Amino acid sequence: MIWQIDFWLLVILIIAAIIALSLCDLLAAVAALAAYSFFVALLFTQMGAIDVAFVEATLGAGISGVLFIVALFRTRRRSED
Amino acid sequence: MIKERYQSIIVQVICSLLIPFIQLFALYVIFHGHYGPGGGFQGGVLLAVSIILQRLYLGTEVSYRKFPPKLAPALGAIGMLVFGLAGVIPMLFGGAFLDYGNLPIPWVHGAELRALGILIVEIGIGMAVFGTLVLIFDSLIGEGW
Repeated sequence: MIWQIDFWLLVILIIAAIIALSLCDLLAAVAALAAYSFFVALLFTQMGAIDVAFVEATLGAGISGVLFIVALFRTRRRSED
Repeated sequence: MIKERYQSIIVQVICSLLIPFIQLFALYVIFHGHYGPGGGFQGGVLLAVSIILQRLYLGTEVSYRKFPPKLAPALGAIGMLVFGLAGVIPMLFGGAFLDYGNLPIPWVHGAELRALGILIVEIGIGMAVFGTLVLIFDSLIGEGW
């Protein structure tokens, strides 16, 4: 376990989460959320939980992004707050 | 859905080249799940991703002919049935729930029988997840069925 990799992954993770929360364009927020789950997967891999990282990479960065985008096509693209 | 908005030859060719490899990797993940990382859930998600990619780049009318949406809940139900039978059948032969050592397969014994039971359960989970995720996507886009 190398603490530098851990630290910078956590920093990028928090930045991605703040970006995903603060964007008003919801399509870009979905992209930031996919980046967030990809960095969570990298963090899990670095901690040795390969199985959990695999689930996070397929579900978080794969399926849930597509489902969010389909939901956006059904509703509006801009957030109001 | 993408097909009406972005008619690009690059997207079409890349998707049609990528889909068989995604499916092959999904089958590898399912069948290798009890030796390494992976398993039924991840393999089922990857299979569902390949079908969803096909739905996205081919449009609904062509891809509904390749993978009919009525098949998705049936696959989910069959996968759940496989999992339930692999759990209940050992109880009928004197074991506990999901006790693979008591599966009635006469030419396999011991550790091999347990590995085979894990494989059966993984296949059931994979089919259930595959059907359910494709069903969720089809219900969300909600066109023509």
